[in-house]
Amino acid sequence: MGPPLPLRERLVLGGLGLGGFIALWTLLSTTGIVPRSFLPTPFDVMSRFAVLLSTPFAGATLPQHLASSFQRYGSGVLLAAAIGVPLGLMMGWFRVLDDIVTPIFDGLRFIAPIAWVPFAALWFGTGIGGPVLIIFAGAFPPCLINAYRGARFVEPRLIEAARMLGTGNTRMIVEILLPAATPSIVAGLRVSAGLGWQSLVGAELIVAAAGIGFMMVQAQANVATPTVMAGMVAIGLVGMLIDILLRQFEAWLRRRRGLEV
Amino acid sequence: MKALSENLKSVGGSADMAGRRGWIGLGTVAGLIALWFVLSGTGLVSSARFPSPAEFWVSLTQIATRGYAGGQLWQHALQSLRLVAMGFLVAIATGIPLGLWMGWSRRAEAVINPVFLIIRPIPPLAWIPLAILWLGLGDAAKIMVIWFAAFVPSVINAFSGVRAIDRPMIEAARMLGTPPLRMVVEVIAPAAMPMIFTGLRLSLQAAWTTLVAAELVGALAGIGFVLNMAQQDIYPGMILVGMVTVGVLGWATTRALGAAERRALAWNVAARD
Repeated sequence: MGPPLPLRERLVLGGLGLGGFIALWTLLSTTGIVPRSFLPTPFDVMSRFAVLLSTPFAGATLPQHLASSFQRYGSGVLLAAAIGVPLGLMMGWFRVLDDIVTPIFDGLRFIAPIAWVPFAALWFGTGIGGPVLIIFAGAFPPCLINAYRGARFVEPRLIEAARMLGTGNTRMIVEILLPAATPSIVAGLRVSAGLGWQSLVGAELIVAAAGIGFMMVQAQANVATPTVMAGMVAIGLVGMLIDILLRQFEAWLRRRRGLEV
Repeated sequence: MKALSENLKSVGGSADMAGRRGWIGLGTVAGLIALWFVLSGTGLVSSARFPSPAEFWVSLTQIATRGYAGGQLWQHALQSLRLVAMGFLVAIATGIPLGLWMGWSRRAEAVINPVFLIIRPIPPLAWIPLAILWLGLGDAAKIMVIWFAAFVPSVINAFSGVRAIDRPMIEAARMLGTPPLRMVVEVIAPAAMPMIFTGLRLSLQAAWTTLVAAELVGALAGIGFVLNMAQQDIYPGMILVGMVTVGVLGWATTRALGAAERRALAWNVAARD
């Protein structure tokens, strides 16, 4: 574990790593060691990606599939934040609520979000409602936990000062706990956004009639490997974009509050 | 001021409060079960949407004795457990050494990290269609996606574990002329161990999520397959049995990992609480 490498050496080595990976992949498929229908070359995947941008597959183009995925994703994550954050804050303030909700939460925690799929389909169908419930199940826990922790670790001085001035419960939660817990909440939202995206993909693989996951399942059924891999690229890109945006938001928020980034 | 805050803290942490917590928790669970009986008994929640306790019991005894979806409950559970264990073990066996190596060698990190960075944003669940294309609906495809899911947290935490080691410890070992192999086995791996176990907990969770998803997409046995059949048969009682089983298995494996962690880290005071 020597000292950090100079930037130039890092770039060269990194280029070698990436170049080697892509070369190996290309070699495997062009030499026929792995049949090309199972492992298309990186170029095949990229050109398929470009084609999908304008040509429909499984009833829609890639941007259209992504748009319908995003609609579900947005609803699920927003719902998780809208319920999880206030509930977490209230649990941080009212001890009774904490005592009541925690055992339920602990019991449900071990059930993988994806296991909600059958009930989601039964209760809300496979259009929007079903997938939204699954995304909600994936995104809810970090929202709740981080809001709760944020509220529990507020400086006691602030609470005492507010109490001494006769602050009521509602004002205490909205004007003291919420602002103090915001950094923790935003960090939780970032985790939620990632888990929600992952749950969305799972939900769409199993129950959906549109969306990026649906496109990949259809492609798999047709042994259209380049389309499956183009879908993976799209999922990776969008997931990365969401994460970058939220990281920026988090950094901006921390700067604005004078916290170190 | 200080006295007050200490007073508040002590109220929150006393044994009385812990006891009260336990009673309220117990009461909540009992209340929920009572609510379940009342809601389904009065027909407020239709049994086509959520099973009544009696239906749940019928489904449970059916799958436990006569079987459902081609096997009895223990066979499905064992199948899922076996796949998770295999994928998880492969991920540990590959992920931890890679992470340790990347943590130890700046060069290895520089070469591998970019490849890792472009693959990592793809969620493990998105590999399922490709795994099915490559390996079919059998065990191999599931082990592959579980491996993928559990691999990433193993690598990252082993890597960060090495990077967080106190430099003086390594320098001391070096000064005493420790050969490289002993260095890895006796200094680096143990020092990174608490962090590695944190990664393993995340890996285990990811492994279960991925397995259930993979079995729901396509399988011939396993708890995810039970859920899938129950969904197609519109059989709410069996869906609930499947979900409870997933929860129990997830809980049991997490407990087992926790026990392993306490054994492995018995020397580490921080891990004992």
